[in-house]
Amino acid sequence: MRFTYVHLLFILHGFAWTIGLSALSFALGGIGGLILMLLRTSRVASVRWVAAVFMQIIQGIPVLILLVLSYYGLGFAGLDVPPLVAAGIGMMLYASVYLADIWRGSMESIPKTQWEAAECLPLSRWQTIRLVVIPQAVRISLPSTVGFLVQILKSTSLASVVGFIELTRSGQLVNNSIIKPFLVFLLVGLLYFALCYPLSIYSQYLERRLHVGRRQTQ
Amino acid sequence: MSYGFDFSSVLPFWPDLLSGLYLTVVMTVFATVFGLVAGIAVATARRSRVKSVSLPAGIYVETLRNTPFIVQLFFLYFGLASIGIHLSAVVISIIAMVLNVGAYTGEIIRAGLDSIPAGQLEAAECLGLSSTKIFFYVSLIPAIENVYPALTSQFVLMMLMTSVTSQISTEELSGAAYNIQSTTFRAMEVYITIAVIYVLIAFALKLLFVGLGRLLFRRKRALRNLSRVRLAGTQAVAG
Repeated sequence: MRFTYVHLLFILHGFAWTIGLSALSFALGGIGGLILMLLRTSRVASVRWVAAVFMQIIQGIPVLILLVLSYYGLGFAGLDVPPLVAAGIGMMLYASVYLADIWRGSMESIPKTQWEAAECLPLSRWQTIRLVVIPQAVRISLPSTVGFLVQILKSTSLASVVGFIELTRSGQLVNNSIIKPFLVFLLVGLLYFALCYPLSIYSQYLERRLHVGRRQTQ
Repeated sequence: MSYGFDFSSVLPFWPDLLSGLYLTVVMTVFATVFGLVAGIAVATARRSRVKSVSLPAGIYVETLRNTPFIVQLFFLYFGLASIGIHLSAVVISIIAMVLNVGAYTGEIIRAGLDSIPAGQLEAAECLGLSSTKIFFYVSLIPAIENVYPALTSQFVLMMLMTSVTSQISTEELSGAAYNIQSTTFRAMEVYITIAVIYVLIAFALKLLFVGLGRLLFRRKRALRNLSRVRLAGTQAVAG
């Protein structure tokens, strides 16, 4: 069979859902990541410890299994949820543990003297984090965060296992009917590339800009 | 509707899980070894001054890094089958994994090679070391040492990535789980079981890499102390 306009439209429809799911995953993962990051850097040792163990466990489970678990888990909790919700929750778990790690690293790279100066002023711990540390840490974390956005985009391709029709799944369905794997998956790959490559370049640009000072001193 | 967990229905299938685990480990070992070799080749090619060598290496890295693994897998699996090349799913999976991880390790090792000061290479030349010796002992091994944490965490991610190959019917851990749940209908129990197994493998792999790092890079501890001193210095300046 020939590759027709209908097939292209179907794939583009999946493409739009890939963008939608990525945006949702990043938004949910961002909220989860921020909370986890705060718990992970808490002054209470037991809270820190629980957050660290949780993050280690989630980082040790493949995204595919996270998605499957969230799909069946919600089902067994008696909730009949659409694939978008199941995929969104699975992706949220995945994104939040990695984002929490990236952001914790950025926060910890803020010199200790900044914390001490804030304490002298005297800002509360929450004020210190909100007004002194986070504004500086955001700049440091930006290259890695944008880089991780590429990982999120690529990982949404696994949402097909919970019945979510995104770009990869739509490509698979089209290929099943017309059996032109090179053409279909090349097109699908190109569409992913068109989303991911600019983000990768932007991440590298941010990275370079961040290290302008260091490069000059070396 | 209430649902009672019943792990005992999964228990009889432990031989399937074990053979799945075995395949996951085998694929991980293959992809780590060949991925490292591919990474070194790619990094060297990308740093080449000859444009016709560095440009294809760059295109390879950017293409593989900016498309999902599952699409690469489908492209190879269904694509090769459509032109009459029938390889087993396991072979295709390992090829796809090596190609994929080679791009990532290539970038990591390149960063490591870039971090070697030119003075070190010049010093080695002055000592009269042969160019192969310089490449291995002065350039490559210290480069890998510098990026060792990033490199090993990439290999852990790659181990997790093996689960994706179940989508082309490779019967590694996830594939085995899929088969078990389709006969027992105990999906939640099966997937929780293999999630625990994955966490344990990831943990074991991290421990293994830390141990291996200690064994391979004995200088590391001395170096780390040095960098700590240097870091304290830069922080004092920044503050």
